[in-house]
Amino acid sequence: MARNPRPIMRIASPVRAWAHRFTYVLLVGGAFALMLLGKTDAGLVERLRTGVTDALAPIMTAVERPVAAFESGVENVKSLFALRRQNAELLAEREALLQWQSVARRLEAENRALRTMLAMAPDPRTRYVTARVIGSSAGAFVREVLIAAGARDGIAKGQAALTGDGLAGRVTEVGNRSARVLLLTDINSRIPVLLETNRHKAILAGDNSNEPRLLFLPPGAVPAPGDRIVTSGDGGAFPAGLPVGIVGSVDEGVVTVVPFVDWDRLEYLQLVDYELTGFIGNPDGAPAP
Amino acid sequence: MKPAVWQRLDGWARRLAPFLSALLLLFVGTLPIRVPYLGPVAPDFAIMVAFYWAVHRPAAMPAWAVFLLGMASDMLGGSPFGVGVLVLLVAYWTTRSQRRHFIGRPFWIVWWGFSTVSAVAMILAWIVVCLLAVRFVDPTPALFSYLVGLGFYPLVSQFFTGAQRVADGRA
Repeated sequence: MARNPRPIMRIASPVRAWAHRFTYVLLVGGAFALMLLGKTDAGLVERLRTGVTDALAPIMTAVERPVAAFESGVENVKSLFALRRQNAELLAEREALLQWQSVARRLEAENRALRTMLAMAPDPRTRYVTARVIGSSAGAFVREVLIAAGARDGIAKGQAALTGDGLAGRVTEVGNRSARVLLLTDINSRIPVLLETNRHKAILAGDNSNEPRLLFLPPGAVPAPGDRIVTSGDGGAFPAGLPVGIVGSVDEGVVTVVPFVDWDRLEYLQLVDYELTGFIGNPDGAPAP
Repeated sequence: MKPAVWQRLDGWARRLAPFLSALLLLFVGTLPIRVPYLGPVAPDFAIMVAFYWAVHRPAAMPAWAVFLLGMASDMLGGSPFGVGVLVLLVAYWTTRSQRRHFIGRPFWIVWWGFSTVSAVAMILAWIVVCLLAVRFVDPTPALFSYLVGLGFYPLVSQFFTGAQRVADGRA
């Protein structure tokens, strides 16, 4: 290094430092601009996102296969150890379910008879599409999953996503061959539900924890832990009566719900194509084909 | 002139190695790995990327590349658009200005530095998300994600040391 830097260097280094700082200011400004854009023009951001996930969906599907195979292998070995206990449990459960089956049959027949007597309009036809979960949200502040089905498979915005256990969330962004499902635990999730026992309506609101809360319960409605929560069908987006969860705790007016879905095992989701265009439906007014 | 073209392509590939390896890591981070309790608390790989390169080779990962990575992470994840970019830039800038404390030091000091920087980043992200949502967001998943991230950092650091070798032409 020269002891006396040349004059040009003496000028250049402050200029470079200034340019450096300017770059940072510019980039941080860019970040704020993106945030503003995300807040004001949600449609543009959504199109960008679906574009990216659409492009990546085939790769993600391919990579997801071996991961799933490995997991099911681990699961198989684990279940071997639990076989005897599970068998006993299943036998007991079967006994109970057989009784329920007869009750359900009787009720179904009764229901049908009563409906014909009332000349009630039949519920809209529902169609199910099953899709593989190929990606989960990367951030700590969102609860979303990506599925390998999109508009071409009949997925549309607002459709309910179910697992075998119960409601998992609803479709928020739809690409051509991928879609995003906002889980009901996400902070932006609001789902109209009702308490199955006393038919009180409420809104199930996620807060990013595993136990979403019940909001807007009518005054006087006192849910007890263990009460079943099902969708109410308000808003026309979801069919009524989809199982959601049970009341977990009631503490000073704060009612938490434990969803039926096992969040650690979201492998496939069933999308319910309910042939009513609800308020949460696609604003372009294009129902699923 | 053919060798020159190949050399130039090779040079480009080497220069892009840090960026591409970071993108790959972000992509892997979105794959659904259904480990009990880890599902919703997957570590934030982007912050590791920003920290590692800011300490070890800032020239290989300039600020605009960090900006692009932040955008990619916001696209892949569903977090409010722009939050990831802001947090990454702040983490990158902080680390870069303090990098002389980490160079040539034992790994645990670098690790400690990462724990501090990523804690600040998590808190910042949490505040911004709360402000954008205009309500209190449960910070526990972020806390878990932070802890899992701490555990993952040595592994990621190893991975990037490999990428750095490629970039330097030592592999």
